[in-house]
Amino acid sequence: MPMKTARLADEATETATLTAETKAALDVRSVQKTYEGQGRTVEAIRELTFEVGPGQLVCIVGPSGAGKTTLLRCMAGLLELSGGEVVLDGRPVTGPPDGMAVVFQEYGRSLFPWMTVRQNIELPLKEKGLGKAARREAVDAALAAVGLLESADAHPWQLSGGMQQRVAIARAVAYEPSVLLMDEPFAAVDAQTRAELEDLVRSLWKRLGVTVIFVTHDIDEAVYLGERVLVLSNRPTVLLEDVAVDLPPERDQLSTRSAPRFGELRGHVYELVQAAKLGQRPGGDVEEP
Amino acid sequence: MTATAAPPRPSAPAAQRPRRRRSWSGGVIGALGVLGAITTAELLSRLAIVNPDYLPPATEIFADLWRLLGEADTWVALRQTVTGWAIGLAIAMAIGVVAGVVIGSVPFLRAFTASTIEFLRPIPSVALIPLVVLLFGTRPLSAITLVVYAATWQVLVQVLYGVADIDPVARDTARSYQFSAWRIARTVIWPSALPYVVTGFRLAAAVALILEITAELVIGVPGLGRSIGIAQSSGAVTETYALVILVGLLGLAVNVAARAVEKRVLHWHPSVRRSLG
Repeated sequence: MPMKTARLADEATETATLTAETKAALDVRSVQKTYEGQGRTVEAIRELTFEVGPGQLVCIVGPSGAGKTTLLRCMAGLLELSGGEVVLDGRPVTGPPDGMAVVFQEYGRSLFPWMTVRQNIELPLKEKGLGKAARREAVDAALAAVGLLESADAHPWQLSGGMQQRVAIARAVAYEPSVLLMDEPFAAVDAQTRAELEDLVRSLWKRLGVTVIFVTHDIDEAVYLGERVLVLSNRPTVLLEDVAVDLPPERDQLSTRSAPRFGELRGHVYELVQAAKLGQRPGGDVEEP
Repeated sequence: MTATAAPPRPSAPAAQRPRRRRSWSGGVIGALGVLGAITTAELLSRLAIVNPDYLPPATEIFADLWRLLGEADTWVALRQTVTGWAIGLAIAMAIGVVAGVVIGSVPFLRAFTASTIEFLRPIPSVALIPLVVLLFGTRPLSAITLVVYAATWQVLVQVLYGVADIDPVARDTARSYQFSAWRIARTVIWPSALPYVVTGFRLAAAVALILEITAELVIGVPGLGRSIGIAQSSGAVTETYALVILVGLLGLAVNVAARAVEKRVLHWHPSVRRSLG
């Protein structure tokens, strides 16, 4: 898919500004979100504007409570905006849009326990109107891509946590989205599985050319995975900094993570997140949390 | 934040073995308990601690039950009872499930009906006996009406809980893959509510049997309940007890069947599933 334009977008972000002619896969324009409760209003997102070029892998980090999940749900069309708009492939998002798949943190609840692994992956394809043979092929391909072909007829709860999240990823991949949203997908798996899954996401992203937006609270993970890291402020959320990750595209748990540049970027993002926790806003003003 | 994900998984064979042994010894203890209860009843009567005219010895009751099982009339009455019970229960299930899913899925309807349901639900069905007698006399329809009224609430309330208990992540997943309303109802709402439906079914099955027997006994609708009434009024004490035990066994069979259904349809549910792959 849009691999060539991904390179273009990559270069554009190096200079931190996207020009108007670069067509973004996902365009977040002055998005605002305020929750209205009984007699209580919470301003979750004050103003967020950024673009994600086609085929990019962008990580979003921020202190806990920074509205990362709120932002993701807004982009996924699962939550109504209070202001601004989200544009996916040129069309404004008003509900869950075509061509987008979401991988949730809670794989155990996102996969349906009453269905087998195959049925879980197949269901969105049925909704898409794919024929039986095409569905079977797509499910097999997706399961092979995540290395779970032999677990097709198991139920999700018979698998380990990491395997369950692989199933959720396979379901998203089989759906062939142009944009894949991932909401802290590896927060609930152990460290070793997490490293494997990170590499899986990188390799799937490279192979499929899909645009990936990866929300995480893990700074190392964000720097390791992303081409860009968007650092959010604390609530009410604004964009603190858009950090370009200029690490080589071939990444490896051992060498990448021990590279001096990785350490610098990690340190920089870490400082930003620490500053965000203390109420740092862009432009240097500090607002009491 | 990290602990929210996986539902607790029982860790296979190690946990399975002691459980089986426990249920086996539980079965033996249970059987001994039944034997003890029968022996006690026997002794109470034989030793004339309780007047044998009112409580015949258990052995005589079971002998009489055996005799009754050889008579065609008993089987006719049993069939009438089971038929009334099953029809009433089926209607109650249909009403309860459909109304529950519809009301539960529409917040307005839920708020609109909540007070009415809370008012109507505690009305004891037996309070409606005069009404159904006026409407249908001693026809089976009288019993079925009472059964439907009593059993529907059990199902409806459970289904309402079930629909309210759908996991928001499952719902978001379905929405983000743009499932149609009908597919969401079939593949998300229905399986999520199924454990509640099954519980509602078990409760309703028991209540339905109670109401069916009550209607037969009090109104005179044909069935085992009426047979009990006739036996009692004609002074056949032993036969009265024998029929009561028959009704008890019917209740037991209903419950065992409901459990079996539960195990089958909820094989994936944490309360039923046991092994890891």
